[in-house]
Amino acid sequence: MFAGLPLLSLVIWVPIAAGVAVLATGGDRNAGLARVLALIGALVGFALSLPLYTQFDTLQAGMQFVEISPWIETFKITYHLGVDGISVLFILLTSFTTVLAVIAGWKVIEKRVAQYMAAFLIMSGLMIGVFAALDALLFYVFWEAMLIPMFLIIGIWGGPNRVYASLKFFLYTLLGSLLMLVAFIYLYTQGGTFEILDFHRLPLTMTEQILIFLAFFMAFAVKVPMWPVHTWLPDAHVEAPTGGSVVLAAIMLKMGAYGFLRLSLPIAPDASHALSGFMITLSLIAVVYIGLVALVQTDMKKLIAYSSISHMGFVTLGSFIFNAYGVEGALVQMLSHGFVAGALFLCVGVLYDRMHSRMIADYGGVANKMPVFAAFFMLFAMANSGLPGTSGFVGEFMVIMGAIKVNFWYAFLAGITMISGAAYTLWMVKRVVFGAVANDHVEHLEDISPREFLVLGLLAVAVLGIGLYPQPFTEVMHHSVNNLLSHVAQSKL
Amino acid sequence: MTEMQKLYLLVPLAPLAGAVIAGLFGWLIGRAASHWVTILSVVVSFVASVAIFQDVLAGHTFNGSVYTWLTTGETRFEIGFLIDRLTVMMMLVVTFVSLMVHIYTIGYMAEDPGYQRFFSYISLFTFSMLMLVMSNNFVQLFFGWEAVGLVSYLLIGFWYTRPTAIYANLKAFLVNRVGDFGFLLGIGLVLAHFGTLDYAAVFARAPEMVNATIELIPGSPWLLMTVICILLFIGAMAKSAQFPLHVWLPDSMEGPTPISALIHAATMVTAGIFMVARMSPLFELSETALSVVLVIGGITALFMALIAIVQTDIKRVVAYSTLSQLGYMTVALGASAYSVGVFHLMTHAFFKALLFLGAGSVIIAMHHEQDMTKMGGLKKSMPITYWMMFIGALAISGVPGFAGFFSKDAIIEAVRFSNTPGSSFAYFAVLTTVFITAFYTFRLVFMTFHGKPRFDTHGQHDNHGHGHGGMPHESPWVVTVPLILLAIPSLAAGWLIGPMLYEGYFGESIVIAQEHHALAQMAEEFHGVLPMMLHSLGTAPFWLAIGGIITAWFLYIKRPELPPIIKAKFGLISTILERKYGLDEFNDWFFAGGARLIGRSLWKGGDVAVIDGFFVNGTARLIGWFSTLLRHLQSGYIYHYAFAMIIGVFVLMTLFVKG
Repeated sequence: MFAGLPLLSLVIWVPIAAGVAVLATGGDRNAGLARVLALIGALVGFALSLPLYTQFDTLQAGMQFVEISPWIETFKITYHLGVDGISVLFILLTSFTTVLAVIAGWKVIEKRVAQYMAAFLIMSGLMIGVFAALDALLFYVFWEAMLIPMFLIIGIWGGPNRVYASLKFFLYTLLGSLLMLVAFIYLYTQGGTFEILDFHRLPLTMTEQILIFLAFFMAFAVKVPMWPVHTWLPDAHVEAPTGGSVVLAAIMLKMGAYGFLRLSLPIAPDASHALSGFMITLSLIAVVYIGLVALVQTDMKKLIAYSSISHMGFVTLGSFIFNAYGVEGALVQMLSHGFVAGALFLCVGVLYDRMHSRMIADYGGVANKMPVFAAFFMLFAMANSGLPGTSGFVGEFMVIMGAIKVNFWYAFLAGITMISGAAYTLWMVKRVVFGAVANDHVEHLEDISPREFLVLGLLAVAVLGIGLYPQPFTEVMHHSVNNLLSHVAQSKL
Repeated sequence: MTEMQKLYLLVPLAPLAGAVIAGLFGWLIGRAASHWVTILSVVVSFVASVAIFQDVLAGHTFNGSVYTWLTTGETRFEIGFLIDRLTVMMMLVVTFVSLMVHIYTIGYMAEDPGYQRFFSYISLFTFSMLMLVMSNNFVQLFFGWEAVGLVSYLLIGFWYTRPTAIYANLKAFLVNRVGDFGFLLGIGLVLAHFGTLDYAAVFARAPEMVNATIELIPGSPWLLMTVICILLFIGAMAKSAQFPLHVWLPDSMEGPTPISALIHAATMVTAGIFMVARMSPLFELSETALSVVLVIGGITALFMALIAIVQTDIKRVVAYSTLSQLGYMTVALGASAYSVGVFHLMTHAFFKALLFLGAGSVIIAMHHEQDMTKMGGLKKSMPITYWMMFIGALAISGVPGFAGFFSKDAIIEAVRFSNTPGSSFAYFAVLTTVFITAFYTFRLVFMTFHGKPRFDTHGQHDNHGHGHGGMPHESPWVVTVPLILLAIPSLAAGWLIGPMLYEGYFGESIVIAQEHHALAQMAEEFHGVLPMMLHSLGTAPFWLAIGGIITAWFLYIKRPELPPIIKAKFGLISTILERKYGLDEFNDWFFAGGARLIGRSLWKGGDVAVIDGFFVNGTARLIGWFSTLLRHLQSGYIYHYAFAMIIGVFVLMTLFVKG
């Protein structure tokens, strides 16, 4: 039924076109129309992404749904798209999250509605572009372009300190991205092509590999974010509107880790091995150090932001221990974190919309007034603590199992998150949700609306689904991951 | 799928269905329907367990998977069942006690607004516990392990407006996470060295690994089996509340009494004991690990019993007695007498659930007063509760004929015969504790039911407005019937000692190495139940138990003025015991406070001062200085301009270079 359709192009450009259409509705007089159009655009985008999963050939390791056409022939730059088991699930995650972001912003955003909705739709298409691009420059264009809507979202609909947050983000990102571009151009001069898959096969000396690895590292480590280049994230989250935080946590953080897997490991395998100790050290610092920092946060969004960094430490750890448990665990952890962190930011958004405060100290006894919300919050908190049966457990479990094969102490340090993750998450739950009604504002809280119930309910299904039966998700990854691992195991020297 | 396999599935899924219905739709179907649906689901589960028990006795065991949870690398992680004699015994204990607690809850929680939620939680607990005991692999074991922890967390904090309850549940979860941390690392080592997490495959290969070593610290090789078993045992220490990870259990009494009986006495806390018994093929390969188990168990049995002496809260006395009895079970495991440990687990489940539910019955009658110094003389007004608790007290004290006598005596014998290092200390501990146990248990009975009433019978409780102020009275039948039903096995279960311990009931499900001959020696000396009782009359444990009861009688009935004098004389010791050896304070100060201090220093020092303050803002200042030179660009978003340039270049290239 979908044969012959350029599916990847559609999932990229339909949301973008929808975004442009939403923009065309103009001012806030047509806000209703803008919302409906945006929802339709997001739903169509999601529907178009589904066949990517249902028609995916899990027995094949290579790229599928490939589209290729010339773009700038002089430099052999092509419009080349394709997905494998590593990228396909992130496209679904992106289009799914976009639907949630549109619904989540339905009532809350009252000013410049069309622009807000359009920004999310366009961003969705561009982010999918990053996951689907197989040409390095196409990848680079999507990579940079997706930041603009995010800047606008934080800059226009963000909190009071948004200028500082954007500047910080800017400083961090600029340097890294430019170095990535330089690396791409260098690889072009060596291989005469911008094809990522050709880069994978390009023979490189150790020095070249190290330099390229470091250039990529600057770009990707900031995005993950890895310690110590993580401090932009808490600020960006705090200033971003709820939808922005959700997309930032669920999708944008995954770009860096995806970059490591798609570019760093296969292009510079020897450097990846040589520098794996460095990467593992930074990852473990993220897990332990950030876990402790999260414990003392007083702002819920900051706490979840720090928890994100700590969880992403598992992703980078899994990517650099070079076994199937680690890499697949990293991928599952990325997916799971998309749902769990997204859900937690939505929960904070639900509270913020009612009380206009993110401070833990302003709350207490929310469960008395919002029992349904409390149940959802509890579920996502448990997922964030890595409880078996939720998605949060699967990735951590796989990475710890992979790490212990390499070195007991890696697993030991990573495993500390079982204690610290539960401590910071459940301590927050205790202070926010449990207890007697803390003040008058809490006394007047109303439980979640059907719209909020729908969003949180969908995420709850996803979190429990992956937790109880991860097999259908990991099945998709196996062959591509094995392919990647055998490629990385071969020296280019 | 065969008929039996369907039955296996029914056992855990029935309570799950009950939990889901009561939890999600309890508001719709109301209170009565919620308790009926959950009770019915547990009845189904219990009846199915009985049928499976008969099938297993007929020799039909099962080991197979239900579905593949996950495959990664070359490993398949399955959700599956292992149905053997050990499993089926646990299934019976869990479903029976759970059923009693479900019925009891109708009475105990009658006036609680969270009625449906409570039934949903206890059914969910039953599901989780059954998944734990029925598992045929480590992953599902861990699932059930953490799931019972979750339900325990939810139930300790059931009354979530109470500050003490939500402190206790967080503490319980975190302490258990410390154990789970070790447990997961143990599982990880099993996977790394055996390549599978399936019990049968791991146990089959274990003997080959007996001499394998692992260098956790380079240069000092340790036996792999020792490391694995100790890590697994750390998990058991938290779940089964062994010193020093026991600190959460006394505080868990903040939860409603039915769950103190079900979760924090009869079933969940015995998961660690069950797990070690299940892992006997591994533990038997490490003398060091067994030694650790033995000593930890001995410490727990003795030192927790001592704390029980000074408690005045009726539930806390029972809670500390649970800790001490768990210590007994652990000692049995360490002496390689796994079946004895599991036997005590079973008898203890009955009499401890009985004692807890009896205490709950007293608490209802006293309008939620738990302080024994404000009770006394309740024997007349609540005769059923009194006599049932009296049976429970005789059982836990080890009076011949009652269930606790047989299992406890067997443990003491097993330690006496054991040759594992540490057994002499453990023998001393379990023997001394016999006296202490009898003493604090009868102290509870005498303080609560005998003597003169120390509560105000006139008007003090009128403000409850339930229309039953004044004299306490016997609880309704939904409360007393479970007491009676639990009293029966508290009397009779011990008589199964012959078939369960010495006639090979556990068969293949428990493995004991040749050199650990304690159980075999005991079997030789066992000539039936009556000779065992007669023989005990000439042994130390019997006289210690009787001595404990008499001492309690002397101090709390004959000369009740003496205890305060003794307390004043031994002020230091009683303070140490009342402060529970200061462990809570130490943990709060060292671990909780320490983690917060480090976190704050890393945040303020690392993130804010060094990374942001020096690097990020320093660079920003540098760029700010640079951008004053370029002020005419008026750029708030330099980056946008830079990016617009790049996009422009691409557009131009596309247009011109292409053509």
